[in-house]
Amino acid sequence: MSALDNTARADGSEGSYNFAYLDEQTKRMIRRAILKAIAVPGYQVPFASREMPMPYGWGTGGVQVTAAILGSDDVLKVIDQGSDDTTNAVSIRAFFEKTANVATTTHTAEATIIQTRHRIPERQLEEGQILVYQVPIPEPLRFLEPRETETRKMHALEEYGLMHVKLYEDIARHGHIATTYAYPVKVDGRYVMDPSPTPKFDNPKMHDMAALQLFGAGREKRIYAVPPYTRVESLDFEDHPFQVQRFDKPCALCAAEDVYLDEVILDDRGGRMFVCSDTDHCEERRTAGHRGEMAGEEIAARLSAGHASDGEDGQ
Amino acid sequence: MPAQVEPAFASSAPATGFADPVHDAQRAFRAIMTAMSRPGHRQDLDAGALRPPAPLTPVAAAVALTLFDYDTPVWLDQALADTTPVRRFLSFHTGCPITTDPSEAAFALISDPARMSSPADFAQGSLEYPDRSTTLIVMVGEISAGRQVSLSGPGLNAPVSIGIADIPSAIWPQLIANRAHFPCGVDLLFADRGGLAGLPRSTRISLERG
Repeated sequence: MSALDNTARADGSEGSYNFAYLDEQTKRMIRRAILKAIAVPGYQVPFASREMPMPYGWGTGGVQVTAAILGSDDVLKVIDQGSDDTTNAVSIRAFFEKTANVATTTHTAEATIIQTRHRIPERQLEEGQILVYQVPIPEPLRFLEPRETETRKMHALEEYGLMHVKLYEDIARHGHIATTYAYPVKVDGRYVMDPSPTPKFDNPKMHDMAALQLFGAGREKRIYAVPPYTRVESLDFEDHPFQVQRFDKPCALCAAEDVYLDEVILDDRGGRMFVCSDTDHCEERRTAGHRGEMAGEEIAARLSAGHASDGEDGQ
Repeated sequence: MPAQVEPAFASSAPATGFADPVHDAQRAFRAIMTAMSRPGHRQDLDAGALRPPAPLTPVAAAVALTLFDYDTPVWLDQALADTTPVRRFLSFHTGCPITTDPSEAAFALISDPARMSSPADFAQGSLEYPDRSTTLIVMVGEISAGRQVSLSGPGLNAPVSIGIADIPSAIWPQLIANRAHFPCGVDLLFADRGGLAGLPRSTRISLERG
């Protein structure tokens, strides 16, 4: 394309990328798919997914969606399982810093676009924010029916009995619905949709969310969307209503309750701790003075007892 | 340089497109995307220096330059189709094929809403591929918080009332029928002088009384 971005590096060290890597024709194609996805909430729109400079499975779908919507005045946050500082999040954030020269942040409240792998931030999202999900398998019926021609027909006819059979079999076998992530939802009473492998803990946040939710599946070449303030219901039964995970203890670092916790193994003698999966949320709470039982000040104080202690900061 | 242009050149060259194709298209797209995800909420869209040939309006031209290319057959209403500079402007800047068959169009540009044809004439998509439908870009005088219709559904936390100038009242029952065919149906973008409002097929429409 002739429309090379003028923010490309003047020193030529990396050559010149178009703004946000993708060429303009590709962006237009993705943008058109996004508009259809918004118009038919929960329907998976096929798109001509491109090869990206990262392998499939690393969020190429989410990256393409982000690249197509991103502007020079956006502030981007990228999380992987709730964390801003794991490999996938760091490399995608660096990718857009390099190719689009956009501002990035780890603070949920500051971000205009949040690309996520498998979590929804704990902080309630606001109008005008956009949440971009990386999706590995967009088709919720795929493990029940491998043929695309058949699943497409099932969506067309709104024939979702098979999904309810699957959830029923969970109950027959385990006594409860044992699906804990990628828990199927119905969007605006019509399409059954895969929320991507987020824990079902996050499903209620999708309902009536003020932010726009966009989903990109690069390998499977699908884009789908949930507009703001849209009904999103987790499938269930009257006698087995949908329930989210509960944790016995609060976060060991910030004492937060009602958040999703990750288990961290501490040693080989069964020692472990549960901490917020949303690192930004946890850090903000600790900055605000919340302390969990393993926040570390005591240990740090003990470790530095022999030295001249020059601060309370144990982090 | 003086803005003096050779008369022969001025008559044959199409009007200029986006000054900054990358970022102007991105800004326009975000306005379009927000319009579609918040039906009936008018979004400002600054068409910048776009001066497309009439009756194509600057905002509609910005939408066209943002979304059209060689992959998207475009249908033009009579007033646009009869204007050679408009056809030349679109094909020069976007390369889009112009179609006369509305059921084949990815986009339709409508400059004369008073005489617009029924949404049912355009591509509706199929139950299996509802995305294979036409998006109608309708140029109107003004989008206001009037009281023609009330909208609700995805994208709206509360019903929103809007009025759209120049739209024949007969079109609203047709758009209500359009919603009844969900997930098939067309999506609409209304473009006024400085902004646009979206009406995706998912939106429920009810006529305001009185």
